[in-house]
Amino acid sequence: MAEPESGRAVAGNWFTPYLAVLRSRVKAQRVYRLSFATEVFSAFLIGLVEFAEVWVIFHNVGTLGGLDVHAALLLFGLSNTAFALAQVLVGHLDSLPMMIRMGTLDAYHLRPQPLLLQLVTSDISLRRLARAAVAVIVLSVGLWSNDIDWGIAPVTLIVITLISGIALFCGLFVCAAGLQFFLIDGAELTNSFTYGGSFAAMQPASVFPAPLKLLFGFAIPVAFTAYVPTIALLGLPGPPLLPAWSAWLTPVAAVWVWLLALAAWRIGTRHYQGGGG
Amino acid sequence: MYWTLARAGFKRQAQYKLAMFAGLFTNCVFGFVRAAVLVAAVRASSDFGGYDEATIGAYVWWSQALLGATQFMGPPLDLVDRIKSGDVAIDFLRPVDVQLGYLATDMGRAACVFLPRGVPSIIIGAATFGLSMPSTPVDYLIALISVLLAVALSFLCLFAVALIGFWVVEIRGIRVLYQIVGTFLAGLFVPVHMFPDWLRVIARATPFPSILQAPIDTLSGRAAGADALLIVAAQGFWVLAIGLLGRVLLRAGQRRLEVQGG
Repeated sequence: MAEPESGRAVAGNWFTPYLAVLRSRVKAQRVYRLSFATEVFSAFLIGLVEFAEVWVIFHNVGTLGGLDVHAALLLFGLSNTAFALAQVLVGHLDSLPMMIRMGTLDAYHLRPQPLLLQLVTSDISLRRLARAAVAVIVLSVGLWSNDIDWGIAPVTLIVITLISGIALFCGLFVCAAGLQFFLIDGAELTNSFTYGGSFAAMQPASVFPAPLKLLFGFAIPVAFTAYVPTIALLGLPGPPLLPAWSAWLTPVAAVWVWLLALAAWRIGTRHYQGGGG
Repeated sequence: MYWTLARAGFKRQAQYKLAMFAGLFTNCVFGFVRAAVLVAAVRASSDFGGYDEATIGAYVWWSQALLGATQFMGPPLDLVDRIKSGDVAIDFLRPVDVQLGYLATDMGRAACVFLPRGVPSIIIGAATFGLSMPSTPVDYLIALISVLLAVALSFLCLFAVALIGFWVVEIRGIRVLYQIVGTFLAGLFVPVHMFPDWLRVIARATPFPSILQAPIDTLSGRAAGADALLIVAAQGFWVLAIGLLGRVLLRAGQRRLEVQGG
């Protein structure tokens, strides 16, 4: 806490580079004021529009997959808070295919720090916090409007869910980045589990046919970021494959995704031959 | 001349085979999730905007199929960079009209995206959900015109957005704004027919429903005969209006460029 103000960051810890980048980003993003303002507004609007999708459906239906409007707020709030914050942290890994194509990635390879850590700290988009803000507001309304039996257990569950959820989505971004070393032209493929995963996480998994339940419940377990915790918090039984008690297994789901992510990253970086500049 | 540009646009797009497969795959994942949710919604409610299982299936899969061709979510137009770097000045010197030239190239690109990406997603949708279709040959013809107008309109809108680059340095924020508001009001996530009244009025006052909801309605047989003709007429109106707006912006941008001596 005392360190950052002393002009020369002397030793620092593992967090120091992150802080330095964060400060430079704040500065840089304030230079083009109009552009930054529209970007913040856009990010805020992305959150709002995503919420509007959910809202329009429930406005017409009443209950969907055993969830009512209030439960839907909770579902949306949990999944989108986790996703939006993960995007703030590592969402810029999306630009990896462009860095590979332009050859800028090679510069990172020359530095004596792990590539992934460098990339993660290379760009932090503050505008994306605006999107997270919408999600947090919806989550608060969801927590307030539902009949939750408050105590130690639900609070613990919410904290565990949010932390694991952020970790899980970060893992998906890393996974996507690892595969992008192979799929430079086909980077859109990985959108199906980052953005597709986030989209699936916002839906009540009970409406999914069996293959989708297996996909989003176990293979890419985004159902654990919001749907399973929601039914646990509301005391609902949940579908056969995803019982309410399994909400406590959310950290396991996050660890599973990180195992996939690190494997994909390892294979990807080994495969990478450089831009040949 | 424009035909050559369209063919060039088609050929250029055809280079990216892996990209097309990737796009198709992602289209299908989103398609399955959206279809599962909306089919459940149709079953759960007594009247879901006049949709039944076959028509909601057609809505979901046609919207996924048209997404690549209309390029709502696509990368920015080359034009954005050319305006930034000043290369657009060269475009003005060519014997081809700038707006129509880019339009022809984009129509070619759209055709090349639609064949490998749109057609398979419709086949997959039809195989898994069973989609409703137009009933008479005339309706198919109207649907085809509707799709062509939608692709042209989508391009003309993006073109107009790109031209804002003549006046501001960085249009990324504006483009993202256009993408988000546009896709939502076009009816990509939820059909425009499901919007509450006030939101539907807002949507109809914009060109966006003509880009997705309109062709989907004609393709799925939801709008047939005179209704379909009315939809196509509205699309035609927007193509002219936004096309004209683009020409005005282009002329003003050109003048600005000359003043700067670019």
